[in-house]
Amino acid sequence: MANITRSPWLLHYDGSSCNGCDIEVLACLTPVYDAERLGVMNTGDPMQADIFLITGGINEQNRPTVKQLYDQMPSPKVVVAVGVCACTGGIFKECYNILGGADTTIPVDIYVPGCAARPEAIIDGIVKAVALFQKRSDDYKAKVKEKKKAGK
Amino acid sequence: MNNGVIYAILYILLAPLIGGLLEGIDRKISARMQRRVGPPLLQPFYDVIKLFNKETISVDSAQTFLLLTYFVLMVVTGVMFFSGSDILMCFFVLSTAATFLYFAGVITSSPYSSIGAQRELIQMMAYEPAVLLTCVGFYLAAGSFNVREIAGTDISYILFLPGFFIAFVFILTIKMRKSPFDTSTPHHMHQELVKGITTEMGSKNLALFQITEWYENVFLMGVICLFIVNSSWISLIVSVIVFLIVYFVEILIDNTNARMKWADMLTITWIVTFFSAGVNLVVLMVIR
Ligand code: SF4
Repeated sequence: MANITRSPWLLHYDGSSCNGCDIEVLACLTPVYDAERLGVMNTGDPMQADIFLITGGINEQNRPTVKQLYDQMPSPKVVVAVGVCACTGGIFKECYNILGGADTTIPVDIYVPGCAARPEAIIDGIVKAVALFQKRSDDYKAKVKEKKKAGK
Repeated sequence: MNNGVIYAILYILLAPLIGGLLEGIDRKISARMQRRVGPPLLQPFYDVIKLFNKETISVDSAQTFLLLTYFVLMVVTGVMFFSGSDILMCFFVLSTAATFLYFAGVITSSPYSSIGAQRELIQMMAYEPAVLLTCVGFYLAAGSFNVREIAGTDISYILFLPGFFIAFVFILTIKMRKSPFDTSTPHHMHQELVKGITTEMGSKNLALFQITEWYENVFLMGVICLFIVNSSWISLIVSVIVFLIVYFVEILIDNTNARMKWADMLTITWIVTFFSAGVNLVVLMVIR
């Protein structure tokens, strides 16, 4: 199976975050942490993304957007929820408009805790996500092969 | 004749490797300029391998066909150039290839990629005069459009064509999608149009686009070398050194400039073309 762990491209979406986590996500890409040395690139395009980083909780308004972004990503794909808000709803949980964490709308694979999540924790989450990404890719390949066989 | 065929085959086989490696070096140097560690040297290859392993979602099935045509025409351009045929013809095929890229952008009817595609056309408008003038310059200096004849003489034509060389290096920034002229699609991630013309290209299509870019870069570097190369073998080494310097200058420009508006790009490119290549042209016509 092809080794694809060296090139995870991120799609970063800001749900109803307070922006604290978003700044930390961007901090990962600055020279201090330099996530690009792991092959990580921050793309704004779901069609080219492998890992979906979502910050902040889900509310009625961003729910369809999150769903659509997830659907637009070609598989294999991995979802990482960054910050308590994206994990559970966090301090906004009780708000009338908040439905909860990202997992209320899309399947979340990795939860990165913290308010705000620290860059080290985020990079750790990405590294975990990359391992899962490789596994998904292998599974996906096997599935495609099986389908081809069945087709014949 | 035989030599030409060998060069053409070498181009087909080696261009993606050289192109990918050059991009890897580019990203490494860019990272060092920003005081980062940067990705590994082979990162572009990792990216392309990954893209080939992803599910294909295409908005329009014709897009794959258009991109394939873009790819094939680009390879044909390079093959024609390295096998030593007409340089004018090479650039015509290159422009045709770029047109197919434009169609691949607009066919998805996504606003981002459509605007990116339109900017691609504007970029073509910006660099096309310099490209055509370069061909004319070669003709005036060498008396032939034929690449083999231009490369086979005893003198390096850069002595006659310094202005053309400057103009060509200038438009190389556009062709290589480097800042400040990367309006249609950025060579790096993010820009205001998401990914510009490549926004709707995912997985295999994007990989194809990437490999085509590598072919194109190697071809353009070949043109740079053509300014230097003559019949002696030392000129070959000199031309490689010159092209590495040019590449480094492009990276430097990329990292020290912010993106420009298209109108500024058009004016500046045309002014540079007019004053360096145009003046050179007049001088050449007088002395020849
Ligand atoms: S987890 Fe904290 S820092 Fe992050 S979005 Fe929520 S409130 Fe803001």
